[in-house]
Amino acid sequence: MAEAERIPGFATLAIHAGAKPDPTTGARATPIYQTTSFVFDDVDHAAALFGLQAFGNIYTRIGNPTNAVLEERVAALEGGTAGLAVASGHAAQVIVMHAMMTPGDEFVASKKLYGGSINQFNHSYKNFGWNVVWADPDDLTSFERGITAKTKCIFIESIANPGGVITDIEAISKIARKAGVPLIVDNTLATPYLCKPIDFGADIVVHSLTKFIGGHGNSIGGLIVDGGTFDWGASKGRYPMLSEPRPEYQGIVLHETFGNFAFAIACRVLGLRDLGPALSPFNAFLILTGTETLPLRMQRHCDNTLAVAQWLSKQPEVAWVSYPGLPGDKYHALAKKYVPKGCGAVFTFGLKGGYDAGVKLVSNVKLLSHLANIGDTRSLIIHPASTTHRQLSDAQKVQAGAGPDVVRLSVGLEDKEDIIADLEQGLKAK
Amino acid sequence: MRHEAYSDAYIRGILNAVKTIAMVGISQKENRPSYFAFKYLLERGYRMIPVNPGQAGKNILGQKVYARLSDVPEPIDMVDIFRASEHALPIVQEALALKSKPKVIWMQLSVRNDEAAELAESAGLKVVMNRCPKIEYGRLSSEISWMGVNSRTLSSKRPHTLGTGVQRMRLGPASDNDNGG
Repeated sequence: MAEAERIPGFATLAIHAGAKPDPTTGARATPIYQTTSFVFDDVDHAAALFGLQAFGNIYTRIGNPTNAVLEERVAALEGGTAGLAVASGHAAQVIVMHAMMTPGDEFVASKKLYGGSINQFNHSYKNFGWNVVWADPDDLTSFERGITAKTKCIFIESIANPGGVITDIEAISKIARKAGVPLIVDNTLATPYLCKPIDFGADIVVHSLTKFIGGHGNSIGGLIVDGGTFDWGASKGRYPMLSEPRPEYQGIVLHETFGNFAFAIACRVLGLRDLGPALSPFNAFLILTGTETLPLRMQRHCDNTLAVAQWLSKQPEVAWVSYPGLPGDKYHALAKKYVPKGCGAVFTFGLKGGYDAGVKLVSNVKLLSHLANIGDTRSLIIHPASTTHRQLSDAQKVQAGAGPDVVRLSVGLEDKEDIIADLEQGLKAK
Repeated sequence: MRHEAYSDAYIRGILNAVKTIAMVGISQKENRPSYFAFKYLLERGYRMIPVNPGQAGKNILGQKVYARLSDVPEPIDMVDIFRASEHALPIVQEALALKSKPKVIWMQLSVRNDEAAELAESAGLKVVMNRCPKIEYGRLSSEISWMGVNSRTLSSKRPHTLGTGVQRMRLGPASDNDNGG
């Protein structure tokens, strides 16, 4: 009787997941609900909404119908049970951690991360007493050694910024499972088009929507995806936000009330509600529009990037290129497993002329944009040592793949010949 | 029948067809999941009958509580089991012995008893296990999408408002939205 249901393909979900025509007007595109608040029927209805007994919208800090479409869209693309949209990728990380960590707690994090995440973990989290324990994704035992009785989660990036590193999600998920803690994967650089971390054992996925998912460099946003895979009640009070009666909601136990989407709900009704980094519905709309072309854009990003990386590797000014799509690259095998469609658009290369050559190149390009972002239709270039990773120590910079000779590219959707021509004139210019 | 997954058509068919639901194991405590589900379904027009020996004779949300299924004086379309899996079999046996047999046995999240399911199915009843009718109704009416939940539905048809109140949706006919339907 239970016929197998057709599961829609990725391109179909990218356009339709979460979106249905507006019930009142029939509007086909998602309306921008640019409203702070929503009326109630009566006081009982209001009480039911506030008490989580009814599904519905109260106040845009907590939830908004435009944002909800984006939440379901990305959750469906990742294969998760629910999503929560927030103001930025950084905010997504804080909200996720806030749901699990208390002062004195620890988490194990891959040291190969976006510099902004490294700063957030090393500096801002100290104010909350959340302690990061760094591990090396090239040495899995360092993750095991990092686990203590105080560890609450493990955090990694699928494709790691500034590029060229593929993390062994499945192997690390086994370490997390054994330790009884959830695995969080920042899937920003890959997007679910290239990699679905939940398929490899991730419990929670975070995104900076600002990058490839929005795809057009116009809106800052973040998203948390609940994989629905972690048993919050199993670990005997380790995650009280989920497993204990909540005083904020007359004593309900979130993981009993909301089953396999309880973590996303906890992030919304405890984290987002009280900390406040809400996503503007207008940003959500722009990001949603970008999401509709995600598969097309990501494939073009990957194809362009492979061509650019191949060209660069032949140039006399270039000392090395770190892109897993190139044969012989250290991460080529992991890339075939985790990102078989392509290795993304972000990678680094080193110039023989060192720091000065890097500065000259970013100054000379005329088509590529010199700015701090990745995942735009436009090709982007930056010298991480003097910008995104500036605040790290020299040793940390090298560890993070942002040494003085390193240039980072985020290859866009222009004709690849034009991208290459611009890099060529930039490299050869005096 | 395999119970790992249910088609949307199957669930929607059940929730559209049943009118009277007896919830066995409902709690009178307003913060329990059973209370939440009872209230939600009551507001969407189902005749909800609470069954709980400890609360027999009292009222929950204005509905008289019965000690056991066999005490309920009216025909029941669906028995919704909010008790641990090991209690499911005697409840199904009691349901099958009723003068007017129910059409559906529904077991809540994390409640699963294959023996009880097989017994009910061989008597011609439909069975759903490890699901919450509130969550399924929310999913298929699109209400749950407001919470960012992956409803796992996809349709170009408008969702249907309940007709009373703001932000209340109804299930709609099966043909609109479902795969496997």
